[in-house]
Order: sequence, then C-alpha cells, then structure tokens
Amino acid sequence: MHTIDQTLNEILTLTAKHFKVPREKLTPDDDFFKTLGIDSLQALDLLTRLENHFRVELPDYELQGVSDFRTLAGRIQARL
Amino acid sequence: MTHKAFQGEALSWSVREGSIELVLHREPGNEIGSLSLRELEIFAEALAVIARETHALIIYSDIPAGFCAGADLRELYERSQKMEKAAALAGVRDFLERIHRVMNTIDAAPLTTIAAVHGVTFGGGLELALVCDLMIADKMTRFCFPELRLGLIPGFGGIPRLKRDLGNGVVRDILLTGRSLNATKAQAVGLVSQVVAEGEALRIARVTAAQVGKFDRRTSIAAKKFIKPIPYHELKQEIDIFCELFAQPAVEQGLRKFTESTEAQPYLP
Repeated sequence: MHTIDQTLNEILTLTAKHFKVPREKLTPDDDFFKTLGIDSLQALDLLTRLENHFRVELPDYELQGVSDFRTLAGRIQARL
Repeated sequence: MTHKAFQGEALSWSVREGSIELVLHREPGNEIGSLSLRELEIFAEALAVIARETHALIIYSDIPAGFCAGADLRELYERSQKMEKAAALAGVRDFLERIHRVMNTIDAAPLTTIAAVHGVTFGGGLELALVCDLMIADKMTRFCFPELRLGLIPGFGGIPRLKRDLGNGVVRDILLTGRSLNATKAQAVGLVSQVVAEGEALRIARVTAAQVGKFDRRTSIAAKKFIKPIPYHELKQEIDIFCELFAQPAVEQGLRKFTESTEAQPYLP
C-alpha cells in the first residue's frame, strides 16, 4: 500500500521525466499548469499516464479545479 | 483522381497490401466540419469501388493530438450565428443526414474495418471509430462523449452504435457523466479490441488487417452482416433529438462559451 508521500513522489518523478524537467524543480504545491507551461490537452495526457502508472481510473470531473501535485496525489490515493 | 488514392486537405487514402488506409490530417485535432464532410463523402463514394479489390480498411490519424476531437464546433457556431434560426437548424439537419450517410456506408462496408486510434478520440471522433468493426487503441488514447456539456447528445450516430456494442450501464456512465475513459478501461468495457504501446496502433492494425485478409472474403462479409446490424431506426431518431436540442437557447450559450475559450484544445472537461 502506497503512502500519500510515496504517491506524491511518484507523481513528481513521472511528471519530471515525461516533461523533461529536473525532478528537483518540482514541488508538491506547484501549480502544474504554470510550472510546466501545459494546456488542458497536455494535462489530460498526464492524467492518462498517471492512470496507467498507478492502475487507477480517475474521472476527469474529479480533477476540475485541481492544479497542484499535492491535491492530485490525494485524488489518486483515494483510489489506490 | 483514381479511386485507389486521394490526397485531400483533411484526409487522404491509398491502398497498401490489400488494405485501404484512410488517414486524417487536419490540424489541430481533425475536427469534422464541412471540409472533412465533403472529403468523407468522396471517400464513401470511392469505397464502393475499392472495396471490391481490398479486404480491410484502416482509419487512423497522423495528428499528434489524437485520432479526432469531434465535430468542428467553432464552424458550427460561427455558421449558425450568420443565419436565421430556422435556416441554421436546417443546415444542422442537412449536415447530420450527410455525415450519417457516410458513417452508415463505412459501417456496412463489405470488408473488415479497423480504427487505429491514439490520443483524443472525442465526440464525432469516437463516433467515427465506432462505425469500424475493430478498434485498436494506443495506451494513451482517451475516449469521451462530451456533448451533454453543451446541452446536446452525440449527433453522428454515437448513442445507437454505443448501445449496439456496450452494456447499457456503461453507455449511461459515458454519456451522462461526460467523463473520459482511458484505453484500458475502454478495453475492459468492450469498446476496444486491443490496447497497444504508444505509437503502435497503426502497425498492429496493419498486422490485424493482414490476418483478416487470409479468410475467405464472402465468409467475412456474411459474418459481419450477421454480427453487426446497423440500427437505422435509432440513427434517424438521433438526428431528430439532436435537432430538437439544438434549438434550445442553452446550446447557443454552450457553443459560445466553447468558441470563446482561449484554451488550445477546449474540448476537454
């Protein structure tokens, strides 16, 4: 069973790898739209990668208004 | 133009190893508007001829964003704004009847049809994939019917074909929540026949097309007719319901909001 910190760490690592940014540049409370400079299509791509990685299904309406990694980790954690 | 090859602005096709390959290539997301419709109609006409000499049809996109983001809602809104309401509604009905004829032709085509999908496969894009016999999805594919967000239902045959293929509970979930599904979930509910690695959908579709080409053509056609009835009555009903809803003020508001969005891809939830 993942702890919330493990989940958060895996999200940050996966995101850094996919968007080719140094892992240390990402922090849990970053607004990922701003930090990564991504649009909603890229955010959907990230959602799919996270669903595939954690083997969970995360309805996109649960992510409305979510823009920081910590809250995102909480949503995923609730389905692990 | 020969029937065997076509190079259009929105799509092109050619014949490769006994399969027709129809590629969508209209930036930014293969939105289906009047241009795509005209070229799809040319394809549907040519299909009657090329289907005699081929055993499969593969539909795919070479746009990175995905297979198809659905109907061209910007064009729909802008055209509607320039017309009287009755004329706009008549235009919508005409568009739907024409796209339904194309979809029905591909659905009934006497060969095995495969949608090789990736990325955004939304609305009309999902409806195009749904006319195919098989769907092969890259693991990054995302499926969605977002129409209810605009006060509409899918208009290119989505509900009758979804009902044909999936259980009613799943259909309700997809339509009434408007949520998007990933490829793994889509395979689990029976929408997708194979989930493949990123970037591999077309290659696997070609392998699958080669496999179906080994079978006797008449048997494949007979089996398909038996397995995959076309729900013509419900498809006609869908056009009527769509047009009724389109006349509601909420739709105009929804479309305006959509077209005024500054998002690069405002199809998303």
